[in-house]
Amino acid sequence: MTTRTPWRPTALLAGLVLLTAACGGGTTRTDVQQQQSSAPAATAASSAAANPNAPLKQGLKIAFLPKQVNNPYFTIADDGGIEAAKEFGGEGKEVGPSDASASSQVSYINTLTQQKQDAIVISANDPNAVVPALKQAMAAGIKVVSYDSDTAADGRHVFVNQASAEDLGRTEVQLLAEQIGHKGKIAVLSATPNATNQNTWIEFMKDELKKPEYKDMELVKVAYGNDDDQKSFTETQGLLRSYPDLAGIISPTTVGIAAAARYLSDSPYKGKVKLTGLGTPNQLRKFVKDGTIEAFELWNPADLGYLASYAAAALASGQITGAEGEKFKAGKLGDYTIGAKGEVLLGKPTVFNKDNIDDFDF
Amino acid sequence: MTTDLSRPAERDLTRLARRWEGLILVLLVGVAGWAALGVDGFANTSNVSFLLLDTTEIALMALTMTLVIVAAEIDLSVASTLGLSCAVLGWLWNAGLPIEAIMPICLLVGAVCGAFNGLLVTRLGLPSLAVTIGTFALFRGLAYVMLGDQAVADLPPAYTSLATSSIGPVPLMTVLVAVLAAVAAVVLHATGLGRSIFALGSNEEAAYFSGIRVKRIKFWLFVASGVMASLASLVYTFRYASARADNGVGLELAVVAAVLLGGVSIFGGRGTLPGVLMAVLLLGVVRNALILADVANEVLNFVTGLLLVASVLAPNLGAIRRRRTSPPLEGKSVS
Repeated sequence: MTTRTPWRPTALLAGLVLLTAACGGGTTRTDVQQQQSSAPAATAASSAAANPNAPLKQGLKIAFLPKQVNNPYFTIADDGGIEAAKEFGGEGKEVGPSDASASSQVSYINTLTQQKQDAIVISANDPNAVVPALKQAMAAGIKVVSYDSDTAADGRHVFVNQASAEDLGRTEVQLLAEQIGHKGKIAVLSATPNATNQNTWIEFMKDELKKPEYKDMELVKVAYGNDDDQKSFTETQGLLRSYPDLAGIISPTTVGIAAAARYLSDSPYKGKVKLTGLGTPNQLRKFVKDGTIEAFELWNPADLGYLASYAAAALASGQITGAEGEKFKAGKLGDYTIGAKGEVLLGKPTVFNKDNIDDFDF
Repeated sequence: MTTDLSRPAERDLTRLARRWEGLILVLLVGVAGWAALGVDGFANTSNVSFLLLDTTEIALMALTMTLVIVAAEIDLSVASTLGLSCAVLGWLWNAGLPIEAIMPICLLVGAVCGAFNGLLVTRLGLPSLAVTIGTFALFRGLAYVMLGDQAVADLPPAYTSLATSSIGPVPLMTVLVAVLAAVAAVVLHATGLGRSIFALGSNEEAAYFSGIRVKRIKFWLFVASGVMASLASLVYTFRYASARADNGVGLELAVVAAVLLGGVSIFGGRGTLPGVLMAVLLLGVVRNALILADVANEVLNFVTGLLLVASVLAPNLGAIRRRRTSPPLEGKSVS
């Protein structure tokens, strides 16, 4: 048996590659970027004008397509949306893949298009992979609302954003300031040094701290737990060793806050060093009850689904088209206005403490 | 039947194989018929296009997987090869290479992945199950190293629309599958090479002593499997307009499921390509119809799993019964 033969076609292929590359006539990334910048911007908003006074249609079929089914967060969000659909006489349902992989949602979108749903409410696993299928859905007259995780802007009419970076950053400082009496050294336990979300929030925290009411508060350190439980735990330990007189810690990541809480609850600092940030009630319930954490925050996923449901109904009824400045009513949540790029902001995050934490299960 | 039926065991097997494919065909027609009548939105051209398009990557990889499994080997690294090829595509695209040069490089990556599997299996004599479970993690890991969690999405629209385009109701990619399926079917069922694959799958030693170049054939089967996985990666990337390291996670199971359901014996030496293609379609139809009928995803996985277990169990029932009633036979009964 010769071992030489395998390389012959390989060499041929390699030669072919070099040849193609050498010719240089191909399509490169810069070509595509030039094409896209010269082409007129595609708009998802339909040509039909909005009629703000149109009543919500009855019997609207609204499908919720989360990143993943059987995920407690999305179950609550989608139940909120289905409940909203009941309120306005529509019919909501949740469908979706059991794995959160990038493209598993596409066949669901195609199916929903076949079922002639009135609206699809989607949290995209991959902002781009779902766009071609969503465009087909929109071409078939289906309204598309993204929630939680946005798609590329030409793949949906409206994005319901759970919280603005500014709100999250500022309210976390406010929350901690109340707990420590606007006085003392504070630290931040973040995810990774280059985590886009966290860094934006931290910028807003720093900006908030410049206000006069925080003049007695000092941000001494931003530590990074890399969203790793063990690392976050040791970083918390390290913070308290370097700054034994620390008054409070803000951890704007669910992994970080849980690890920090675990460290604090078994340390003499329990209840003395205040901890707040972003977390989920199920994860932190025990620490709220044992006094390690006074209060933390997160948006309410049920409200997120509820608002997305109303936005979908408003689109399907012709009240809005997704253009900036249009207004619609979202049941118990009140009035909303569509912002730039078709975004609707849910509002201020919900604060969880020992009085209300048992009302939430996610 | 005009086949030589001198050996009763073989006659049994042939008949079972025929019957099995007949069964799959009946199931396929039955399920499609039920869906057409009972499920809203199933029987129209756009849904059929979706359905066909959704099975493209699985069908492509199932073609070579059939040959590999008939040769009594397995390649569990196909979906990871697909992922690695996608990552290479994204990485080179970001680096500014023209897409026309990237595509052959991707195929080359697939060939190298396959050759790596093939060398470990044929030259070092390692079991392909163990080797490809290893490379399953290796290739996927490499994909993440290259691309991390970023998605490369600014791919040329000319290619992305080509991947989703249709000729009438038939997606262009289905035409590609059909052409390659025809080639694979001819190779497997109408050439000396195909017969050699069957021979080495049913008894490697006998095949070796009758002059078949066992190792060389196996090596090239793994290379073919790798190339096909990277071809599937190109379809996948353009179809979803997104090159990511996690593209196609879990597809290897769908591919193996389709091949086994199609009547290919997991012990090698038995199976037909038409059977596998029908099984790919059957799984696609079941999935599509159940999703349209709002059946929950868990139930869907359950049904697919049930079909798979049935497909492994049914052809072996006879053998299991014989093994229980008679003393164990010498030779290859369990591999």
